[in-house]
Amino acid sequence: MSIKLEHLNYIYSQGTAYEKQALRDVCLELRDGEFVGLIGHTGSGKSTLIQHLNGLVRATSGALYVDGKNIYDSSYNMKGLRAKVGLVFQYPEYQLFEVNVLKDVCFGPKNQGLTDEEAEERAKKALAQVGIDENCYEQSPFDLSGGQKRRAAIAGVLAMEPEVLVLDEPTAGLDPRGRLEILGLISRLHRERRITVVLVSHSMEDVAEYVERIIVMNKGSVMLDGTPKEVFAHDKELEQVGLAVPQVTYLMRGLSELGIPVRRDVTTVEEAREEIRRLLKRRETCGQAAEGQ
Amino acid sequence: MLRDITLGQYYPADSVIHKLDPRLKLIGTMVFLVSLFLSHDWIGYLAATVFLAGVIRASRVPFRYMLKGLKAIILILLITVVFNLFVVPGDVIWEFWVLRVTRQGLSQAGFMAVRLIYLIIGSSVMTLTTTPNDLTDGLERVLGPLRMVKVPVHEIAMIMSIALRFIPILLEETDKIMKAQTARGADFESGNLIQKAKSMVPLLVPLFISAFRRANDLALAMEARCYRGGAGRTKMKPLLYEKRDYAGYAVLAVYLAAMIAIRIMR
Amino acid sequence: MWNYARRDAKTWSSAITGLTLQNEDKSATMGMISARQQCRLYRKREQSMGIIQSSKLTFEYTKKDEEGNIEEVKRAVDGVDLDIHPGQFIAILGHNGSGKSTLAKHMNAILLPTEGTMWVGGKDTKAEEYLWEIRQTAGMVFQNPDNQIIASVVEEDVGFGPENLGVPTLEIWDRVEESLKAVDMLEYRRHSPNKLSGGQKQRVAIAGVVAMHPKCIVLDEPTAMLDPSGRHEVIRTVRALNEVEGVTVILITHYMEEVVWADRVFVMDDGKIVMQGTPREIFSQVETLKAYRLDVPQATLLAWELKHDGVDLPDGILTMDELKDELVKRICQ
Repeated sequence: MSIKLEHLNYIYSQGTAYEKQALRDVCLELRDGEFVGLIGHTGSGKSTLIQHLNGLVRATSGALYVDGKNIYDSSYNMKGLRAKVGLVFQYPEYQLFEVNVLKDVCFGPKNQGLTDEEAEERAKKALAQVGIDENCYEQSPFDLSGGQKRRAAIAGVLAMEPEVLVLDEPTAGLDPRGRLEILGLISRLHRERRITVVLVSHSMEDVAEYVERIIVMNKGSVMLDGTPKEVFAHDKELEQVGLAVPQVTYLMRGLSELGIPVRRDVTTVEEAREEIRRLLKRRETCGQAAEGQ
Repeated sequence: MLRDITLGQYYPADSVIHKLDPRLKLIGTMVFLVSLFLSHDWIGYLAATVFLAGVIRASRVPFRYMLKGLKAIILILLITVVFNLFVVPGDVIWEFWVLRVTRQGLSQAGFMAVRLIYLIIGSSVMTLTTTPNDLTDGLERVLGPLRMVKVPVHEIAMIMSIALRFIPILLEETDKIMKAQTARGADFESGNLIQKAKSMVPLLVPLFISAFRRANDLALAMEARCYRGGAGRTKMKPLLYEKRDYAGYAVLAVYLAAMIAIRIMR
Repeated sequence: MWNYARRDAKTWSSAITGLTLQNEDKSATMGMISARQQCRLYRKREQSMGIIQSSKLTFEYTKKDEEGNIEEVKRAVDGVDLDIHPGQFIAILGHNGSGKSTLAKHMNAILLPTEGTMWVGGKDTKAEEYLWEIRQTAGMVFQNPDNQIIASVVEEDVGFGPENLGVPTLEIWDRVEESLKAVDMLEYRRHSPNKLSGGQKQRVAIAGVVAMHPKCIVLDEPTAMLDPSGRHEVIRTVRALNEVEGVTVILITHYMEEVVWADRVFVMDDGKIVMQGTPREIFSQVETLKAYRLDVPQATLLAWELKHDGVDLPDGILTMDELKDELVKRICQ
């Protein structure tokens, strides 16, 4: 499923003293099966942007096409769109409300009009995907641990079987292990279910590790859009808007500036390790060659 | 809506009335309300009108803001007027079927309407010129003597000021949970009353849980900062009367005396 | 570099006080001193005593089922011994549920130990008469920035603590100004907290504690809910308080980058302190940390992996700059 945004503008509290333009002429295309990282400062408009993707917020002007159809047409099936584009909000565990985990996950599918059996089947599948054990199904969602709650809430959206999954800072407030679990889960979902994933994040390191494409938002407009390597090449511009490139990228740039021949577009620890090993090996062989002569 | 509640009805302006001590404004409002019930005829109401007009003028708040509060009581106002108009016995001036209007009824309906309108405008003047925080402080002090009869005045004031701080946060949260559940296909709008009430469960349960969590956190934070009730506490911004406040009290005393005199003499 | 030098000096001074104390202890056991001397000795010991100390501190909570029967007893903190000296910057690491927050709540007498003892400024937290003194000695900053700001105006919130302590009005104003200055939030004094960013809110919360003139500030995951710039603001503020004002800081976190500046790091797991040392000592044990569900900064991880590949690097590299210098040395030999 593809989503296309054309000249999208959003102004909130229009006509009052608190008027603010949250989105400014945003043009984007999200292609089928992509894994996209959406990055930006708090208040850069990224949260507003993702709420447009399933029609929760209506643009002040511009058009949003889902599979070629403008969702702002009066005949458009908005409820159908909400099932196609699953949106996981920040701290999603705060929306859990049912008496047990299974029922909570059933909430979405039931709203889609599925029967109890179908909903339950979907819920069980979703819970299995996020790695929540069967003996937790009958537990109150409030008795789960922090990381489990978060995964149960994500299952609540997955059970609607969306074609696009949008997650707003899914790792906020988790400890390192919890962060890894969630990121691993998302990356697995993308691989196995072939769904489009949009990951909103603050962490350059996380994004560099997992996504194929990065969109950088600043002051309501798209500032950069490309592969991680392309985007992180603009380190000066990123710094100007209070963002940074991954730490390893800084290291390699620093080495390169001292005249050491290393690649400057390294974005992950693994790549950096390869690069430094290669460099040291070459030095060694050169050194040996020099000694041999 | 969000802003309405956070700021109360406060209208920022640089006027004498704004600068007055909240205690004076609270007591003044009470005196004015009492004076309305003292008035029985047009001279009393004339005096009240002059006083109110003077205060409104001095407050520099546009008059239309004062009228806003009236919207809420239009129904009560109508009922009062109609009731008085048709029920009070006396000299009949108009009659139709079982309905009859008397002269006494007409004048009483008029006075009741004016009384109600002045009541609302009078209290609006106070809320429009005093920030919710000042109002809470003033209330704590004015109601202070009630402590003697075991009314937890400090606690009530503390609850009010915490509510003022947390209402916008909870409203924002309501909005967020509503959006999150809508994203899961929840429908808060359509259906009959029972369906609508049922659809509120996914909103209200998380909201209550969140409110309790916040209350718990806040209680911890307050305790950690040595909060132990009103005893032994000092104030960063104690209420202190200034010259203009004494002048205000003098004006108020003159007004009250005049109203009482009018009532007695006629 | 200046930081390192300073830190060394600090550890030295605490080491020296520890040494003298030991000597005097020895003479005391020999029973050769008068009562007066003993009294002086006692006072001196109290002065050099750690600001936060605990001995075999244990906290258990019981989960009860609906009939009120005890379902299970959980040890959140299990036999922890602490001795934190004035002026130190301490970091406590651990994954969620490792007991670090429960431990922190003991330092402010919000929780009382079920076994063992906790002393704050030399006072046993179980002694009720010292409760307020203890809470004033060790101020506490919590995780959620929204849920710890009480007033609707920044400066009034900072004044809340001093008001509770009964500080005279004029002095409250001085304290509010000086505290807001210390966290660099003076220009926001008349703002509503609702309009501030997460990092700014946390700085206001810190100012609220600083205004109570504590000797020690305990921060319980103050950055967990913030974005990177907010995290940076808070850590910078906390470091400045420690270095400039000499306030003892106990920072509880699971972000490894934040503990690089600490004098001493404790790692908690399952209610126990399982590792302790300087950041360098802790970060040189990457595998152990991973076993405790923690990760290390990218620089440390990369250095550790390179070392495994046979590159000759020192243990416990903390920053990318350090790693760069080391690599340059190796490459340009």
